[in-house]
Amino acid sequence: MERSPAARILLRLATAATLLFIYLPIALIVIYAFNTNRVPTWPPAGFTLEWFGKAAQSSEIRNSLTLSIQAATGATLVALVLGTLAAFAVHRFSFFGRETVSFLVILPIALPGIVTGIALATAFKTIGIEFGLLTIVVAHATFCVVTVYNNAIARLRRSSRSLEEASMDLGADTWQTFRHVTFPNLRTALLAGGLLAFALSFDEVIVTLLVAGPQQTLPLWIFNNYLRPNQAPVVNVVALLAIALSVIPVYLASRISSEAAGVPR
Amino acid sequence: MTSTPESARPAFSRRLAAALYKRPRLQLGLLLAPPLGALVVAYLGALLLLLINAFWRYDAFTGRVVTQPTLDNFVQIVTTSVFRDVALRTMLTAAAVTVADALIAFPIAYFMARVASRRTRNLLIVAVVLPLWSGYLVKVYAWRVMLLNGGFLDSVLAPIGLHGPGLSDVSAWLVFSYLWLPYMILPIYAGLERIPDSLLEASADLGAHAGSTFRRVILPLTLPAVVAGSIFTFSLTLGDYVTPSLVAGGTQFIGNIVFENIGVVGNTPLAAAYACVPILVMIVYLIAARRTGAFESL
Repeated sequence: MERSPAARILLRLATAATLLFIYLPIALIVIYAFNTNRVPTWPPAGFTLEWFGKAAQSSEIRNSLTLSIQAATGATLVALVLGTLAAFAVHRFSFFGRETVSFLVILPIALPGIVTGIALATAFKTIGIEFGLLTIVVAHATFCVVTVYNNAIARLRRSSRSLEEASMDLGADTWQTFRHVTFPNLRTALLAGGLLAFALSFDEVIVTLLVAGPQQTLPLWIFNNYLRPNQAPVVNVVALLAIALSVIPVYLASRISSEAAGVPR
Repeated sequence: MTSTPESARPAFSRRLAAALYKRPRLQLGLLLAPPLGALVVAYLGALLLLLINAFWRYDAFTGRVVTQPTLDNFVQIVTTSVFRDVALRTMLTAAAVTVADALIAFPIAYFMARVASRRTRNLLIVAVVLPLWSGYLVKVYAWRVMLLNGGFLDSVLAPIGLHGPGLSDVSAWLVFSYLWLPYMILPIYAGLERIPDSLLEASADLGAHAGSTFRRVILPLTLPAVVAGSIFTFSLTLGDYVTPSLVAGGTQFIGNIVFENIGVVGNTPLAAAYACVPILVMIVYLIAARRTGAFESL
């Protein structure tokens, strides 16, 4: 279809405006992290690195960063194991309820966040598990499985089984075939899925707030401190850190695997 | 085969591999047991427990949950005007967010799918995906800073005689629309990209001008993609209590009431019953969405 030059220009403008809309608030936080004024007025008063020093000295921020990394690592590892197993099962076998498996994997993320949060919180309370790192890891793992699963199954669907059959014909057993043929083929998909799982966990607030108890992940630290007027500049610095640490894995994942781009939350 | 070096390997793993190879059902069982076990026990179990809780009763005097089956919580939700109003407001906001996102997403998705060069397209995809899963709270917080009285929006709008919406329900709509926009752009982009050029050429050959081709060919073909995106905008809006608490200035949404009841008050049964509202809405929505073929666009 021929598009008139006017339509092209309008589309270009709309695209630019949308990107501006998406990135403006993020840019503002970056700017305010360097602002000398304690109050986020516009325009910013001046440039300073003072708040970065303050943030670095705070043991509370360090502890919540550590907890966030521990929780995200734990959830990612669990998600990698469970997501890969589920992807193999669904791809390699046809069985009764196969569609249900995909549905079950997506469910924790498709249902509204508060539902997942209070369901898990109630369950932990009933069983008597104390809220803390363990509950955060379990909660995050349930909704992180989908990222690994989606990436792994997309890769499995694209790859041919003849390579594995050739390996077996040449005398390799199941383990050798997995180690030398199947896994190398799957590696980047798992890496991308794992990176997305890490980012998803690192960024999560809605479920985490309900299952963390007195513990604070980095986003929870922001949530608990944004109202304190004296903390505002340090919150901006932590916000910058939080966004950097979740943007990097998502960026790497989208570079590694084109499949990662289409994965809905 | 005994002469191969492989025979030096522990025979057990080889025998195990052979045994598994002959029993595909066992393989399937071993593969499925951990993920299904975890999800069924941890997730479906938790959901079931939540549903059971909704039928129990909270005793305000003792502060304890009485485990006697009752429909009181559901009756309270249906008959109390606050609960009805909040549920209605949340659903209307979710609908308004969905409409806003679809309108904003279409031009950029169209540009990405059908106008941009390959290189620009890839850049744009990364630009849209990046904020998808990163800095959720930071973005809400950034909006709060922008919306505050005398903040960025007020300063920028002052020269043209306007002011920002402050912290209000309109702000909640604005910030929700902002947050979930990438979830709408990506499926619409994918939907537009799948339309073969030949269809558009055929439409033009048959005498349709650009406007009617858009209305009668492009729009119907991308509708499932829009519905797919709306599943996310809807579900995410229904399930969020953090965004309203930061930017809505005291206006309540379903999530706030559920969170307050489970966290501050300790009335888990009422929270559980009220959480059934978004669950029901999503189930109805998913069934309706399935009919449009949206699931193939996910």
